[in-house]
Order: sequence, then C-alpha cells, then structure tokens
Amino acid sequence: MPVDFMYPEYEIARNDSRCIRCRVCERQCANEVHSYEESGNFMLSDESKCVNCHRCVSLCPTRALKIVKSDHCFKENANWNQAAIKEIYKQSGSGGVLLSSMGNPERYPVYWDKMLINASQVTNPSIDPLREPMETKVFLGKKPERIERGPDGSLRNNLTPQLELAMPVMFSAMSYGSISYNAHESLARASRELGIFYNTGEGGLHEDFYQYGENTIVQVASGRFGVHREYLEAGAAIEIKMGQGAKPGIGGHLPGEKIVGDISKTRMIPEGSDAISPAPHHDIYSIEDLRQLVFSLKEATQYKKPVIVKVAAVHNIAAIASGIARSGADIIAIDGFRGGTGAAPTRIRDNVGIPIELALASVDARLRDEGIRNNVSLVAGGSIRNSADVVKAIALGADAVYIATGALLALGCHLCRSCQSGKCNWGIATQRPELVKRLNPDMGFRRLVNLLTAWNHEIKELMGGMGINSIEALKGNRLMLRGTGLNENELGILGISHAGE
Amino acid sequence: MKRVYVNEKWCLGCRLCEYNCAFANTGERNMALALRNLEISPRIRIEEGSDICFAVSCRHCEEPLCVKGCITGALSIEDGIIMVDEDKCVSCYTCILSCPYGAVSPSEHGAVQKCELCVKNRSGAPACVAGCPNGAIVYEER
Repeated sequence: MPVDFMYPEYEIARNDSRCIRCRVCERQCANEVHSYEESGNFMLSDESKCVNCHRCVSLCPTRALKIVKSDHCFKENANWNQAAIKEIYKQSGSGGVLLSSMGNPERYPVYWDKMLINASQVTNPSIDPLREPMETKVFLGKKPERIERGPDGSLRNNLTPQLELAMPVMFSAMSYGSISYNAHESLARASRELGIFYNTGEGGLHEDFYQYGENTIVQVASGRFGVHREYLEAGAAIEIKMGQGAKPGIGGHLPGEKIVGDISKTRMIPEGSDAISPAPHHDIYSIEDLRQLVFSLKEATQYKKPVIVKVAAVHNIAAIASGIARSGADIIAIDGFRGGTGAAPTRIRDNVGIPIELALASVDARLRDEGIRNNVSLVAGGSIRNSADVVKAIALGADAVYIATGALLALGCHLCRSCQSGKCNWGIATQRPELVKRLNPDMGFRRLVNLLTAWNHEIKELMGGMGINSIEALKGNRLMLRGTGLNENELGILGISHAGE
Repeated sequence: MKRVYVNEKWCLGCRLCEYNCAFANTGERNMALALRNLEISPRIRIEEGSDICFAVSCRHCEEPLCVKGCITGALSIEDGIIMVDEDKCVSCYTCILSCPYGAVSPSEHGAVQKCELCVKNRSGAPACVAGCPNGAIVYEER
C-alpha cells in the first residue's frame, strides 16, 4: 500500500437481500467500480474508483444500491479540514495542479437565498396568469435612444438587430468537445421548441446543427476554434468570450484525447492535438481593441446580428461593463463565480471571481448612472438554479439569464464534478461513443423543454403575485426585492432594502 | 398493430429489459423476491457484437413460421399477437427450430415460452418498454 493511500470518500452500500445479480451496475459503470464474482455469486465494488455519479443507483431495478459518505475520518480540525489535508497528499504525490469540474461548491454566500420577492396585498391587485395575459417575451440588443422620424413624419426604424426570446432564459456556452454530440443536439432542439437560444461555446458548430442556426449563438473565444464565415453567419448572434465565471483570467485546455473525428473537424485542428485557448485574446488589450473585434464581426455579418461580449464577474466588473457598453457590443453577458466548467484548476474555480448577484446589481446601477443602460442588454449567468433566481436576477436588472448547470442536470448530470475524466456515465461530458449514446436526445430535449416550460409557468405566477403582467415591468424593479441577513454594504450594492423596511 | 420495436442506436446493452421481462412473467409483486437467486429466462434477449447491441423479442410476424409449424395448435394468432397455449404444447420445439429470430425458447414449465406483449401478465403493457432507460425499446404502430 503506498503511503499516500487515501480512504475513498464514498462507500457503496449494497442491500444484498435486494440484489438480484442482474449486473446492470457493473455494465453501466465506466469507472469499473462494480464486478461480479462468479464462483461465489456475489457482487464486488471498488469504492476507490467511485465518483458518486449515481448511474448505478438510478438504474438498479431493485433499489439495492446507495452511495454513502464514508465515516472514515481524520482527527477533527476546523482549520485543516479533510479536503485540505487530502489535497496536500494528492499534490505532494503528483506535483500537479488540482483540477475540478462544474461550479464553485464552496461555502460562499448565495445572495439569491438572501433576497425575498414581493407580492400584492389589498392596495394593488395581483394577477392570475391562468386567466389573464402575461408576457415573458424579451428582446435583447441595443435600444434606440430616441424616436426618429422621416421628412413626412413617419417613424423611421432605427432599431439595431435584436434577439427575440419567448422567455428570459437561454442555455449558456458549452462547447462541442466539452459536452457530447447528443447533449448539443438536445440543447439545440429544445431551444428551437422553446423559442430561445443555446450557445455553441468555443468549439465551433457541428455541421448537423446548422439547421438550428436561428436558435444558436455562435461563440468566438480566444482560441478561435471553428470560426469561419459560414459559422458566423449560421448563428442568430455572435458572442465574444472574454472570460468564464468558473475560471476568470485563464484560458481553456481540451486534451488531445478528446480531439477526435468530428470534434477535430468542427474545431478545425488536427486530431489528437490539444485545443489550448489562451488566457487573453491576443488581439485585445483594451476596450478599443475589443471594439475592433466587435465591429470586425459585425462587418463580417453585414451588421445583421447582435454581438454579445461575455465576461467573468470580477472585482471591477462595473467599470469593465461600462467600457464594453461603449465598445459597440449589443449585449453583455456576465458569468458569476459559481458558473460551471468542464475542467478548471481547483484553486481558481474556488477562489477567483465574485458572486453574480453583486456583479449584476453593480453593473446595472453603473450603466444607469452613466446613462448608457440602453446601449446594451444584460445577461446574467453563473448558477441560476430555479425560476425564483430568474425573477430575482431580472428584478436586479438583468434582461435575461443564462443557465447551463441546470440544463445539464435536466439531461441527467448528477453533479459528481468529474467531467475532466471524460468518463461521464450520463453521456454528457464524454466523447466515448458507448457513453455518448446513453443520452438519447429525443428524451433529453423533452426534459429541457419540460424544465423551462415549468419555469415559465412559475415566473408568470411570481410576476402575477407582484401585480406585474410583463417581464419588462419587472426589469430593474428592485423595489420588488428585500434582503434578509445582509449588512448595509451588501444591501447598498444590491440596491435593495432590508425585509421589513 | 402496435408492436415492440428496438432502435439499436440507443440500446445500451444494460439488460434491464431482460430482467423486467422475467419479473413481469413471474407474477410476483416484488422484483427482489421474484428474481433473487434465480437464473432468469427472459422472452427478450440482448444480442451483443463488438460495439453494437440490441434487444430481440418476438416480431409477431404476419405469416409466422412458428404457428405454421406447430403440430398441436398450441401457437395461435389472437388479435395479431402470437400466443402460446401451454396446455396444448407438447414441447416438440418445432417452433423454436423454425423461428428465424430465435424468439421462442423452452419454458421452465415444459412448454415453450415467447413474448406475448405482456397481455397475459400483471404488467398489462410490455414491461421491457416501460423499463428501458434510454427509450431504445418502443411499443408503437408503424
């Protein structure tokens, strides 16, 4: 036994009186945790390989399995907790950077959970969305500053290109490569059905999905993978990715093993070569440089498509957003520090960036103070978990939100946070054909449609309760929010009063 | 007529269909009680090759060779479903030999068994379809 052996984090509890030895667990585990011992007719499990993804638990027909947290423990220490100790062992063994996936799981405050939504009582009527019309349609893009008229007095259409969303939610960027073909197909088909948009991420657009172009946002990131004229023209909008909430300030790295077949073709790089996205865009070192790229992309697409600039929520986000709003971009997407990723250095994911709630509130306030809020629409992302979060984000000033972790959960993800292994048992974050086929897009797209249809109902219910019948009337309406357990500073940044005030 | 169809593109080879089939035909209420320590003999079976797998069960042919070959009239077509009358079956296995899909097999009670679309058991509708986790087995009109 090596000296740095660590007792596994989970144990597999098999109720042997229920196990029928069907071996479904064994067949379904890509981590090869389960095995069958023919001679004694019993199942074995090697919990050291278990990532707690629940694939075996979900498929066990007799519910004989569950995964439990190991009660094996270190001597209690509030400072050197178990994770801190294990990470030291891991790094002193490997000499490498710790890698993690999905969003920051640490105990930072979740401001969504410290804000409460208003409702009408007595003095203003609430609205029943089942009986009265309720509008959740949103247009994203620059809004004209004034009405212009022609010489004969007729209205002149001075509206720049807009994105029309049936509800204020979109699927945020996840590249083909980081997620599977079937996951992309599910997102694309769901977007079309729902009248919203999904985002290609920086891996290019598979040729099979050009047909969903009207519901696609194509991304241009620092690696410029898969970017060419038809790609830019295929989408309804173009997003320049400057940063990502899970790993602000650093680039991306899709290992060569994942650059196979169609992924290599779509990304336009040789098979087996690592896809390394630089930390900065090497042609952008100022707002002026960003402006050049915004207008290059607009020029390339005949000014027919809005351009989004996506940034991670960091300390000076309000000033950064102010610059972006003057760069010619039509939409700013801000990604909070809880946003997901297919792989990021643990230290960066867990320690860099700021909460989306604070970033969103300060950006919206800054843009309004400077009189440039109409230059851009704001999209907030980075752990929007339910329809109440959506409503709170809109009340804080967002025009729409981006969701991705929620969408992956709908597709089967169990947040085991092992995407970087490439062995996703749910067929999402993997390129192994036998695993990819586990996500049937006919079922996946339906689940995504169900999820957002349900959210849209809930958004309408919450709006109706407030006596609001249009999402426009909720936008930036911070009077509809109250804080609980927040200090003066936090309330000031969020621009809301404390509950009871 | 509605039939069970399999799309190998989505079949994972997990074999849950085999276990759901076996369970449905035991008549028991609890799968663990019904199938523990039992070597199952399902009426649907997964065929596996290198990187392909799919489930095979009775196709309920319009001109079934098994029914034609049956020497006692134990096999018959009822509303398009090929049924076995266990009392008439003499276990000559002509049907097993003649079925091109290998969908008929000897049963534990001496007679032959085959998929009867779960119309005779407590499931009422094909249990393999209901239990397939990836929508690879469907019961539909084509």
